[in-house]
Amino acid sequence: MTSHCAILPIFDDDEREFALNDYEAGMPRWCPGCGDHSVLTAVEKLLVAEQLKPEQTVFVSGIGCSSRFPHYLKTYGFHGLHGRALPVATGVKLHRPELEVFVVMGDGDCCSIGAAHWIHATRYNMKMVALLLDNSIYGLTKKQTSPTTPQGFKTNTQPFGTPLPPLNPLTTTLGTTNVSFVAQTAEWIPAHLYATIRAAYRHPGFAFVRILQRCPMYTEGLYNETVKNPGMVELLVHDDGVVPPEIDKIYTNRITHDPSDLDSARRLAEYSDRIRLGLFYRNENRARYDLLVRPPKVTSSERIALLNEELDHYAI
Amino acid sequence: MTAAAALLERDVPVATRVLTLPEHTIEIVSDSGEGAQKCGQIFGAVCAKMGNGVWTVEIIPAEIQPPPRIAEGASGIRIRFATGPVTNWGDQTDLVVAFNEQVLVGRHLLGALASDAIILLENSWASNPDPDIKAAWDQALAELSGYGYRIIEVPMEEQCLTVDDNPRKGKNMFALGMLAYIYDRSLERIEEQIAYAFRRKSEAVYAKNVALMRLGYGWAAANLDFRIEIPTTPPQQALVVMNGNEALGMGALASGMELCAMYPITPATSVSHYLAEVFRKFGGILHQAEDEIAAAGVAIGASYAGKVAFTITSGPGLALKTEFIGLAVMAETPLVVIDVQRGGPSTGLPTKVEQSDLLAALVGQPGDAPHVVMAPATIEECFHSVVTARQIAETFHTVVVILSDANLSTGVQPFPRPQLRKEWLAPELDLSPVEEGRRPYEWDPRMGTSTRPVPGQPGGMYTLTGLSHDEASKVAYDAGIHQHSTTMRSRKIAVLQQTLLRPAIYGDHEGDLLVVGWGSTKGAIEEAIDRARAEGLHASSTHLTFLSPLQPGLKEIFSRFRKVMTVEINYSDPPGEPFITEENRRRGQLAMLLRAQTLCDVDCWTRVPGEPLRPGLIHAAIRDATIGLAGGRA
Repeated sequence: MTSHCAILPIFDDDEREFALNDYEAGMPRWCPGCGDHSVLTAVEKLLVAEQLKPEQTVFVSGIGCSSRFPHYLKTYGFHGLHGRALPVATGVKLHRPELEVFVVMGDGDCCSIGAAHWIHATRYNMKMVALLLDNSIYGLTKKQTSPTTPQGFKTNTQPFGTPLPPLNPLTTTLGTTNVSFVAQTAEWIPAHLYATIRAAYRHPGFAFVRILQRCPMYTEGLYNETVKNPGMVELLVHDDGVVPPEIDKIYTNRITHDPSDLDSARRLAEYSDRIRLGLFYRNENRARYDLLVRPPKVTSSERIALLNEELDHYAI
Repeated sequence: MTAAAALLERDVPVATRVLTLPEHTIEIVSDSGEGAQKCGQIFGAVCAKMGNGVWTVEIIPAEIQPPPRIAEGASGIRIRFATGPVTNWGDQTDLVVAFNEQVLVGRHLLGALASDAIILLENSWASNPDPDIKAAWDQALAELSGYGYRIIEVPMEEQCLTVDDNPRKGKNMFALGMLAYIYDRSLERIEEQIAYAFRRKSEAVYAKNVALMRLGYGWAAANLDFRIEIPTTPPQQALVVMNGNEALGMGALASGMELCAMYPITPATSVSHYLAEVFRKFGGILHQAEDEIAAAGVAIGASYAGKVAFTITSGPGLALKTEFIGLAVMAETPLVVIDVQRGGPSTGLPTKVEQSDLLAALVGQPGDAPHVVMAPATIEECFHSVVTARQIAETFHTVVVILSDANLSTGVQPFPRPQLRKEWLAPELDLSPVEEGRRPYEWDPRMGTSTRPVPGQPGGMYTLTGLSHDEASKVAYDAGIHQHSTTMRSRKIAVLQQTLLRPAIYGDHEGDLLVVGWGSTKGAIEEAIDRARAEGLHASSTHLTFLSPLQPGLKEIFSRFRKVMTVEINYSDPPGEPFITEENRRRGQLAMLLRAQTLCDVDCWTRVPGEPLRPGLIHAAIRDATIGLAGGRA
């Protein structure tokens, strides 16, 4: 790698140390009280902790409130189409496997318009972190029902109450062949949020994290009771799980769950009276599409020689 | 007599008549799954290798396994070969090998057979124990006897059963042997080609196929009273022979692109079949995505992060990719989209040719999304168009759509072997640091172009967005920015237009009628022009490679002809039909475009027959179009 410009630093022998302001870009334009702020803070903390090179890191998002996420980071970003963050991220990772890829999606993005991609990205199990910022509502377009809107909740498209029970992103992901990492956390428990995202980043495969979020504009009150009353939360705990010690004294409801146990993960992921947070499933030995299809490096001379061989088959 | 014929000399009947002709068109037709296409592909390749001009077209029913013995289930292949070059599938078939009488009737009803066609027909059906089959045979033969056909009954099944106990397998090689005898093809080359066609099968399979082929050869030598000689001319330069989809795939290899994302769709999929076999060793990834939308997204993600990537589709898939194509235009991410067109709308005619995606490719995206659309006209152009498309996409940071079609996709034609060049290959990624303060969309105000850093370049970090954005890729909240960026994205297309050549004119540069075509119809149009000129009509043609931007000089060229008419395989209302007026008449898609761009009164002659246009029909349309024009007949 050479620099075309003498005044530029050469980053080859990288001794740079990255601080928070090396990742922060601009003032987020989310509403005050929006859960997206907490997720951004946790992600920035991860970037500093892992010292990810900003130029080697790509955040891909769809469309929706949360998909503005890449604009607030000084990494590379791709703010693409509604529902289509995962295909774009797949292209980035397939072609440039050395890049660190993060995907930021909302509940409409991932679980509705992009649902096909979600299932297949889970099965591809390429190394990337997929964050589902789930506030159970369409915010950017102003309060339409999302796949995770609670039954009976009134929205602008279903003013007499959402007729169907919500889709469960955890059981859906856990039901997909080749699933390798599924966790759930909540934006109002920063220590748990950070620990979960960090575990996701360290996972060698497709790490799916559902983040429960409040929307102060349209689902105000949805998690009020849960936020106020830690007794409504159950933590999945295990030596191999995500258990930040800082919250020991607050969240005392615990279920011991071995994250290698898929059957148990599926049972625990069903909706219940309490909200369960933690690592549901992790398997580091699943087939990884990005590794399986990685081609050899070929020089241009080799390419031309190979193509001439190809043409020989068709020569007259 | 060739060595091959000598081999079987004892069987050659005394009174064999040899006809020497400049060209011949043959068809092999069967039920689906009987290998007629493989037989024809081998025969076509051997003809090309021996020095004939060749064009093959596959006849493909819409279903994988239509019921056997029905007229509309005819599956097979047409091969037109000649002493000189062949540029299209011609008009009618001179010799047919048919595996049953019903598929033969199917071709007859479509007017595919010349009035004096020679027909080699499997006759086991005549003695079939099923009375319905026997009756169908009698009825078909009675029907066909009313024409000038020469029907020769051939006991193909009876003969093949002496080599293979499955009569459905092997007739195709028997037919190949008969054709090899009739046209005196080199048995060595035939066997070489059989070996290549069955290269993934066992030695025993190869041996059985060769035995069946030789059986057909021997039977023909012993029983036919004619042979046909189409003299060969040894090629003056190195040639290669392949179909259009293989040429597109090979063009992609020559362009240095490293990622193709696709979803299976007829008739585009075989490009990816070809790439799937070889792409990896070229350092490439063929990604079969979960759907058409994802395929476009994966290609765009790869393009954003590195070298230009491409996706392959057909009409219904192009529709699904629309939003992503708009994103690539807005974000100025290079992308190559190959659309192998088929009949539409909707599922339409999945296996048949049509040129109905032009307007969708040009203006299908909501919002203002200027980009490049080009159309190869020959198998050779299929190869080179991908190299050109990659270069344009990269230079102008835009989307390039290549419109091929079902005629080119399976058509096989020899062409000069490409002399590969390193500069065709996409350059290696430059991951050097970006100068401080450089913004990702610094549009050159004159050219409209801008280039972006790729991830991995220190100092270049930015967030690409499909929202309207300023030079820093920040979301634009100001109408002035949107006006400016839209202008820049349009400007670069105008710059590209300035670099294009005026289209060449086939025939005189002025006259009564100018036929304008695009895509796979070129050969048929030019043959029709030759015929029209031979009878004294003042007709010429021009063929457009670029549909967006249009090549320069069109208005001036059109002004030199009394009438300008497009010939296209898409729908237009025929004048004179009920309710059709000059005002409400829907015109061919290129005609619409040319009228809008040139303000010339461009007429059109278009058809949607589900098959390539025959030069004879275009010739007739040219005659009709020139009636009453001032020059008239010379």
